[in-house]
Amino acid sequence: MKKKISSLVKNKSKMNYDLDLLKDMYKKMLLIRRFEEKAGQLYGMGKIGGFCHLYIGQEAVVVGIQSAQIEGDSIITSYRDHGHMIACDMDPKGVMAELTGREDGYSKGKGGSMHMFSREKGFFGGHGIVAAQVPIGAGLAFAHKYNCNNNVCITYFGDGAANQGQVYESYNIASLWQLPVIFVIENNKYGMGTSVNRSSAGDNLSDRGKAYGIKSEIVDGMDIIAVREAAIKAIEYCRLGKGPYILEMKTYRYRGHSMSDPAKYRTRDEVEQIRKTSDPIENIKVLLNKMGVVDKVLKDIDVEIKSIIADAAKFAQVSPEPSSSELYTDITIN
Amino acid sequence: MTIEILMPALSPTMEEGTLAKWLVNEGDSISSGDLIAEIETDKATMEVEAVDNGKIGQLLVPAGTEGVKVNTPIALLIDSTELPHTSIKTIADKPYLEKEKITTELKIEKPVTLEPNSSIITVREALRNAMAEEMRFDKKVFVMGEEVAEYQGAYKVTQGLLDEFGNKRVYDTPITEHGFAGIGIGAAFGNLKPVVEFMTFNFAMQAMDQIINSAAKTLYMSGGQMGCPIVFRGPNGAASRVAAQHSQCYASWYSHCPGLKVVSPWSSKDAKGLLKSAIRDPDPVIFLENEVMYGQSFSCPDDDDFLVPIGQANIEKEGSDVTIIAFSIMVGKSLEAADILNEKGIKAEVINLRSLRPLDIETIINSVKKTNRAVTCEEGFPFAGIGAEISAAINENAFDWLDAPVKRVTGKDVPMPYAANLEKLALPQVDDIVNACSEVCYKS
Repeated sequence: MKKKISSLVKNKSKMNYDLDLLKDMYKKMLLIRRFEEKAGQLYGMGKIGGFCHLYIGQEAVVVGIQSAQIEGDSIITSYRDHGHMIACDMDPKGVMAELTGREDGYSKGKGGSMHMFSREKGFFGGHGIVAAQVPIGAGLAFAHKYNCNNNVCITYFGDGAANQGQVYESYNIASLWQLPVIFVIENNKYGMGTSVNRSSAGDNLSDRGKAYGIKSEIVDGMDIIAVREAAIKAIEYCRLGKGPYILEMKTYRYRGHSMSDPAKYRTRDEVEQIRKTSDPIENIKVLLNKMGVVDKVLKDIDVEIKSIIADAAKFAQVSPEPSSSELYTDITIN
Repeated sequence: MTIEILMPALSPTMEEGTLAKWLVNEGDSISSGDLIAEIETDKATMEVEAVDNGKIGQLLVPAGTEGVKVNTPIALLIDSTELPHTSIKTIADKPYLEKEKITTELKIEKPVTLEPNSSIITVREALRNAMAEEMRFDKKVFVMGEEVAEYQGAYKVTQGLLDEFGNKRVYDTPITEHGFAGIGIGAAFGNLKPVVEFMTFNFAMQAMDQIINSAAKTLYMSGGQMGCPIVFRGPNGAASRVAAQHSQCYASWYSHCPGLKVVSPWSSKDAKGLLKSAIRDPDPVIFLENEVMYGQSFSCPDDDDFLVPIGQANIEKEGSDVTIIAFSIMVGKSLEAADILNEKGIKAEVINLRSLRPLDIETIINSVKKTNRAVTCEEGFPFAGIGAEISAAINENAFDWLDAPVKRVTGKDVPMPYAANLEKLALPQVDDIVNACSEVCYKS
């Protein structure tokens, strides 16, 4: 999925989009959704423990942004991280095996759902403390700038994290030092059970960058083309050395905050309404149809993904638990 | 009417300074608020303002005099109608200055022996040299913190680094400990080697979540992928008269957590060798300095590759009757105590821990097996402190060799008071160590 920006089509009209690119994006979003559905299922069966935060509904955000990145860019996010890992082309088998706490998981079973990493794929976690990834993301951007490598860091956080002080400490330094970091606020309307309106003063979270001289944009996070266009613009700005950028993605999570959240703070109607009217995968499906992609092609993609997910789920259950000797490894390097 | 202008105290720990320059001459009329002199402390050069109106009658201390003690009269202020003295004589001529002899020597409590291939330098200089050497050696090493660049360090530890390495290697941060600690950690994940200075470790509590949850634990949670080669350094423990929020030893806090290495130097040699090891180390290292030690001088190897390995204690003084286990400023106090004990016929062995985690249990145990008695010394609170940990380790490993229960000398279990007499009571003193050692030797 990572391509040179120059090769990406930037036409305003969605109908002129590169068809292969759209199909890739559709496939990746679907892969994330099916992965999460399977994770939810395995959680219900007791195969996955602890906290498990699903990304269903928000797929367009990470896939759209990832489509605008180049080799060497880094990304970092919170604990709602499975989608980001799959968008980075991390192996669903390794991700699922980490969820089941097995030795073939990305963290050898020692991190779990919230703490996974792949340096190779530029994915720097998976962080369990709300907003802790924000200064770390600014620090990764600092390293890009220090090394003069023209890469950027995409730093994701939710609307809940947007009220943490360290976000603003990071905004301040990122702007002062002109760090190549794109702060992506995934505003899914609820920080656990508290709606944005009840937790956050002011009209829009993105407005808060103004005080630090950081440019920002509000984006329809359910529309992958809009996400991608905004990401291209923000990333280009950062890559030119102009400093940080804020993208506030208006999105929605269909499931609860975590698996144990009954989501009584919103109505079923609200969720259904969004599913019906603005589901990101349905949106792109309609576009593909309009561009002449027949249902058979989409169905084939569906079948292929189902098989990838089935393999991942199987792998995650047959992979052995980590050996007890792993208890005392990886505490320090020497 | 003549008013004495006294050498002012310009920081909590300042005892003396250099009268660098007079900005007035004898006979000049001055008003309250006028600049009259420049005074250099070991931390900064500061301008001194007149407090009263009048005429400079006499400059008692010539410009350039070093080691002028706080509260020494440095000039006389007379009424504007009086005539100033006609000549400036040496200070020794002034009868009222006799009891305040001005020394131009470095303040060294004991004569320092210069070792081969070494120089006598302060702990402050040793720390700066360690950073400068490692920055020359490895381009990935950079320094960030409050006032580390243009101001040259709140305690002058980073003096000269900006001039030598420029603003791409030395960064002044805003006062946002949590934020810049996290940015340092991110940079370390991005394969750089940050040295993050906390103005003092008291302020690092703001950054505790990043230090523990991000720096210390991520290697484990990533199955070994995410090393974090970062050094957090700065003064730790009590300074002088700065009260509870600015006088705390965090040794046991950081040592508690797996994933961190914690070191605490005493001498210039420790400071240089340990800081260089810490910067080269692939793991996060908490480097606990002590403000009171910054100005003290010791012999320190000149070699650019001189390292003190992390995890290795040093026996500073050998003895056969009791083992004193200390770190940082308490090592000096323990050595003083050992001298007093020697006069009482008790030969104390003094261990300078240097590293708190990993702790050099072997050196402690071997010593206790020889002396059969142990006293731990730290400035921190007693409850769940470093002494408690060492005591447990001795119980587990050398119980049968003990002739007396392990005794702890610690800071008192109270927030640090401001009043001078109470502060002294709260901090462990040489006498406390002497008494504890005498007790475990049953000679009190």
